[in-house]
Amino acid sequence: MTIPYYRQSQCDFCGTCVGVCPENAIELAETTLVILEDLCTACMNCVIICPTAALEERDDRKEL
Amino acid sequence: MIEKNYDVVVVGGGPAGSMAARAAAHAGSTVALFEKDREIGIPVRCAEGVGAKALGSLLEIRPEWISQRISGVRFIAPSGQSVDMANDEIGFILNRKIFDADLAKFAGDSGAHIFTKTYVEGLFFQDGHVAGVRINHLGHRMTVEAKIVIGADGVESRVGRWAGLHTQTPIHDMESCAQVTAGNLEIEPSLITFYFSHEIAPGGYLWIFPKGPDIANIGLGVSGEYSREHKPVELLQNFVHRHFPRAVWLSTVFGGVPCSKPLESLVADGLLLAGDAAHQTNPLTGGGIISGMLSGKLAGETAVKAIRTGDLGRHFLQEYERQWQPEAEKQEKFYKIKEFVFNLRDKDFDQIAAAVLSLPAEKRTLVNIFRKALIKKPSLIFDILKLFT
Ligand SMILES: Cc1cc2nc3c(=O)[nH]c(=O)nc-3n(C[C@H](O)[C@H](O)[C@H](O)COP(=O)(O)OP(=O)(O)OC[C@H]3O[C@@H](n4cnc5c(N)ncnc54)[C@H](O)[C@@H]3O)c2cc1C
Ligand code: SF4
Ligand code: SF4
Repeated sequence: MTIPYYRQSQCDFCGTCVGVCPENAIELAETTLVILEDLCTACMNCVIICPTAALEERDDRKEL
Repeated sequence: MIEKNYDVVVVGGGPAGSMAARAAAHAGSTVALFEKDREIGIPVRCAEGVGAKALGSLLEIRPEWISQRISGVRFIAPSGQSVDMANDEIGFILNRKIFDADLAKFAGDSGAHIFTKTYVEGLFFQDGHVAGVRINHLGHRMTVEAKIVIGADGVESRVGRWAGLHTQTPIHDMESCAQVTAGNLEIEPSLITFYFSHEIAPGGYLWIFPKGPDIANIGLGVSGEYSREHKPVELLQNFVHRHFPRAVWLSTVFGGVPCSKPLESLVADGLLLAGDAAHQTNPLTGGGIISGMLSGKLAGETAVKAIRTGDLGRHFLQEYERQWQPEAEKQEKFYKIKEFVFNLRDKDFDQIAAAVLSLPAEKRTLVNIFRKALIKKPSLIFDILKLFT
């Protein structure tokens, strides 16, 4: 199980991912976003909802 | 200077937070409002549309807030067929940068302390009651005590969850949005336009909200049911390039709207939630400015009453839920209408549009649209009956 991959340059800090995270595992400040690894269950809700595709399901087979 | 304790601490400086801070300060409480961003009102994650009557019922309207007056609505069906509707209410497209800043200033004028660049990191508790917030103010970490905390921290709200409330938005109820404010557009500035089609905005719609003669907010929302495959950012680029090839992109924003049923609970011991943090948006339209303002005001007033009586527990604070109940019932109804509308297929929309076009413009009201929808698709009667049961 791996937490989503996050691309800061694509992120707008809009908080939509935080609203759908069942574990309250995303910490979003003005221009920083951190996924709290201890809490994340890799459900991928945040990946699905992100309007900009800043989050991506990690595929260990390929280099991102 | 941030004091060590306040009667009321408000988290978030949007319309809900500012109205809450203003109401509480106006009624005599000491109030601090903490906003994580550097400036109130920015970024504008909003299409900025409000009804004139609804806004006027809350505040005296100032001309500086209004970018454009709106007198009509145009729907575009998947076939491209366009239907103009009789307008039952005048609307405004606001300048939310100025509007939000003014709301915060009103709170300040009433005595609230407003702090930007102040991130609320968590709550702290005493005997199971929320007793204050942990903040990071320009790099300085401190705790601030509060008799009541009001969580008005928007779609990204965590305050309620820290207090044990269930405020996660179900994924199919979150609308994932992208918007551009664009110039050099050929538009009819007094009309707002909505596009419904699975190709343009699956499980949602696209809007064009004019802000001037040739400038508008063009945006779209996609339900979480579809947003894995259909990313709003790409859908928006495709639409604007196809329909407005000469558009000048002035500002791009992204955001989410919780288009859910009403939350089961809006209060905990020592805590109230207001605005998007409490999912108080219209689930059909996604509009949340007016309801956020109203709920903020009610939350601020209830907080002061609780402090006066010395009873800060959730049973007393449920007074706020009772006051909100009529709005919650409306939200429940609109949720059912949303489910009905977003389950229509493109073919249904096209048939309804064609049928409505056969009516003279002044007869094109929402009720008549439903009637026409029924004739075209009688099985809809069951969906519509559900709205009223
Ligand atoms: C693309 C889009 C278009 C929309 N169009 C319309 C429209 O046309 N009409 C309409 O009525 N509504 C519209 N809405 C909805 C409307 O924008 C919201 O309902 C409204 O802004 C809600 O106000 P609020 O005060 O609850 O939250 P917000 O305005 O989101 O304010 C919350 C504030 O809390 C701050 N905050 C969050 N967490 C913390 C923290 N931990 N510490 C400190 N501060 C924090 C945030 O920075 C933010 O400033 C739209 C929404 C989107 C996304
Ligand atoms: S939803 Fe996407 S763009 Fe918005 S804050 Fe989360 S990662 Fe960033
Ligand atoms: S994968 Fe699921 S649990 Fe992990 S941060 Fe995203 S939404 Fe939260």
